[in-house]
Amino acid sequence: MSDDTATDRASEEAGTGTDAVVLTGAEIVCECLLREGVDIVFGYPGGAILPTYDALTKYPQLHHVLTRHEQGASHMADGYARATGKVGVAMATSGPGATNLVTGIATAMMDSSPIVCITGQVPTGAIGSDAFQETDVTGITLPITKHNYLVTSIEELPEVMREAFHIARTGRPGPVLVDIPKDVQIQEAEFVYPTEPIELPGYSPPRAARARQVDGALELIRKSKRPIILAGHGISMAGANRELAQLAEKAQIPIALTLLGKGAISEHHPLCLGMMGMHGGAEVNHAIQEADLLIALGMRFDDRVTGNLATYARDSRKIHVDIDPSEINKNVTVDVGIVGDLGEVLRQLLERVERRPNEAWFDRIAEWRADSELREIVRPADAPQHPAVPEGKLLGAQVIRDLFEFTGGEAITVTDVGQHQMWEAQYYHHERPHSLITSGGLGTMGFGLPAAIGAKMSRPDQEVWAIVGDGGFQMTMMELATAVQEQVNVHIAIINNGFLGMVRQWQEFFYEERYNQTPMVNPDFCKLAEAYGIPTVRVTERGQIEEAVNASRAQTAGPTLIDFVVEKEEIVFPMVPAGADLDDMIRRPTPAEFERQQQERAAAAEVVPEAETAESEAPAATAALGSRFGV
Amino acid sequence: MAKHILAALVENRPGVLARVANLFRRRSFNIDSLSVGRTQRDEMSRMTIVMESDSAEADRLVKNLYKLVDVVHVDHLHSQPSVVREMALVKVRASSENRREVIQLCDIFRARIIDVSAESLVVEITGEEEKLENFTELVRPFGIVEMVRTGMIALGRGGHTLKDEGFKPNRSRAAARRNVL
Ligand SMILES: Cc1ncc(C[n+]2csc(CCOP(=O)(O)OP(=O)(O)O)c2C)c(N)n1
Ligand SMILES: [Mg+2]
Repeated sequence: MSDDTATDRASEEAGTGTDAVVLTGAEIVCECLLREGVDIVFGYPGGAILPTYDALTKYPQLHHVLTRHEQGASHMADGYARATGKVGVAMATSGPGATNLVTGIATAMMDSSPIVCITGQVPTGAIGSDAFQETDVTGITLPITKHNYLVTSIEELPEVMREAFHIARTGRPGPVLVDIPKDVQIQEAEFVYPTEPIELPGYSPPRAARARQVDGALELIRKSKRPIILAGHGISMAGANRELAQLAEKAQIPIALTLLGKGAISEHHPLCLGMMGMHGGAEVNHAIQEADLLIALGMRFDDRVTGNLATYARDSRKIHVDIDPSEINKNVTVDVGIVGDLGEVLRQLLERVERRPNEAWFDRIAEWRADSELREIVRPADAPQHPAVPEGKLLGAQVIRDLFEFTGGEAITVTDVGQHQMWEAQYYHHERPHSLITSGGLGTMGFGLPAAIGAKMSRPDQEVWAIVGDGGFQMTMMELATAVQEQVNVHIAIINNGFLGMVRQWQEFFYEERYNQTPMVNPDFCKLAEAYGIPTVRVTERGQIEEAVNASRAQTAGPTLIDFVVEKEEIVFPMVPAGADLDDMIRRPTPAEFERQQQERAAAAEVVPEAETAESEAPAATAALGSRFGV
Repeated sequence: MAKHILAALVENRPGVLARVANLFRRRSFNIDSLSVGRTQRDEMSRMTIVMESDSAEADRLVKNLYKLVDVVHVDHLHSQPSVVREMALVKVRASSENRREVIQLCDIFRARIIDVSAESLVVEITGEEEKLENFTELVRPFGIVEMVRTGMIALGRGGHTLKDEGFKPNRSRAAARRNVL
């Protein structure tokens, strides 16, 4: 390989003050990536992006990861970005390559993850002619990107690349797509990297809050008796974790987390209540419903955390801090809306916030928590078990709890979407920001494995676990090959229940147990992984978890896989049915309730021995459904 | 519910209109009219958006417009003293018997007749929405063959202008500036 890389040429010329070098569009793309601090590009080649792939050979500093599907590339870029806050980069060809990126782009958009996608496009002269592999990718991605560009001349390329990264990472971060026609990649032009600060007249992310708004918030905090902080993804994205803890401590306010807010504060912190929402802690949801003040920080009142909006936290005043003005008063009307960078705004609040004794409020929350603990099904293996735990069965929730224990709570976990995702959220207690990576807003099955690969590549020093369902894993399992080819040391834990478990749960509750299209005939995941040369273990009993996890952790190169064969028909409790009031939760029965239900069921079975007929079956099923509701 | 008139200065980049139109569709904003045209500056176009809504909805639209990178400034002209105009071209059926009557109406409304044929007249009328509506109601009995309206355009009165100071067009990007379509 020649030493005379294009970068050397570019920097040499710049250093000697001579005229700028002449580069191709493709080389300019690479130069810009380097200057943005990019070290890894996830992608897949094809005709319209080939000039850029060829240019990449001159830039060994840009490591290209060949995925097995472009969806994998966009999820990997996303996982890479979420693990560090750096911009992730995905690259694909025109047409089908570009459309395959779409799910990953939409996922990144919903969770405000900074990625830049570079797509090849047919030559400018052919645009609009339905040329081979032409697709209007800027049109397709219009509603799912923060911004996108179709580059029509090489002169604008450096500027566009710079803007793309700037827009992706600043303000409320998000995906930006740059579509580059093939002829623009081939053309040559003098490369001048703009050095003046980027000024976009229509784009200026806010920073500090106005004094009047801060006064208003302080006044509400001062008057409140039952305040609660709702901490979202914005806290970690703004790096405002310390300020959050300080505010909570100084004013003695408990904190509830959104799914993506996990990691905003250590879940071991005495003021941290845990996750809110559809599968959040019952005590957390009760606290929100009875609060007299919500302080929402970097969260967006998604329907999965509010339940029925009409009855949501009815007796509370509300403060909402977000960097995106359009989030204020979008779903929930607030008393004080503050637009600004969370770190700055929290520092403004911290200066003057007063300490509040909230003993009665904490006692109330402690009561709810005691009730929740009674119903808890996942207990240390040597503790007395809840009677609802089936003898000798392995529960998905247990797997997560034990994984938490045996990894010391220190791993970065990346989940897929479904029941296993909610168990992760409930039983893996995170301490650090960016240590849980999950598709919250879009709920994208297939996200887990590729995002974990991206996360591990951006944080090679960290232990990374992909916790995936047997359904979602099969959506992107082709990326096993990528992990092997790149020797990415990601530990894969399949929570294998033989079902599209979360959908089955809805069918159980709301569709009278008609399990249509949710049972799956799965491949032997161990044999499958072994075909890729991946070491595997199958776990069927709780006693085997520790050894399997330790064996995985002992592997320090390449991926590992554990197939956790778990109870098929487990339920994620508590559950707020979609659209129900937030405190109207389906709960797991307490041990006493459970025993009573068992007795009642046994008695009922004795009285009606002829329950075989078709007519009597339906009411029996409904009765069973009722008992599972814990009512 | 009230009529809200928003004026937006947008950068003259390809696709801006699509972005704005997509926003209306994507977030289900119900738009009465939208008109787009050049301004005193080559690099910027001005959109006038009219919507029938409550003020929270109008507020939401303003915030969402600002999220678009190409939107430089948005103003709620409803809350400012402003002048509002719309133009319509109306082809009215007019035979030799009733032509005089139609012409009289046009005079009252200060509408101009810009084309005459044996069976019809084309009338150009400019004014506020109400005036246009009154006029069309009055000529409707004669028979409106065809009609087109521009949608409203509006400017703040006196010193009230949309902020474009600080707007520096990007030199290397100038080549890419065509029109908002
Ligand atoms: C791409 C995609 N398709 C469909 C869904 C709807 N969905 C949500 S959870 C789920 C089941 C997931 O099953 P599995 O991956 O086995 O996880 P489990 O719930 O069993 O833990 C489905 C189908 C989705 N979220 N994403
Ligand atoms: Mg499953």
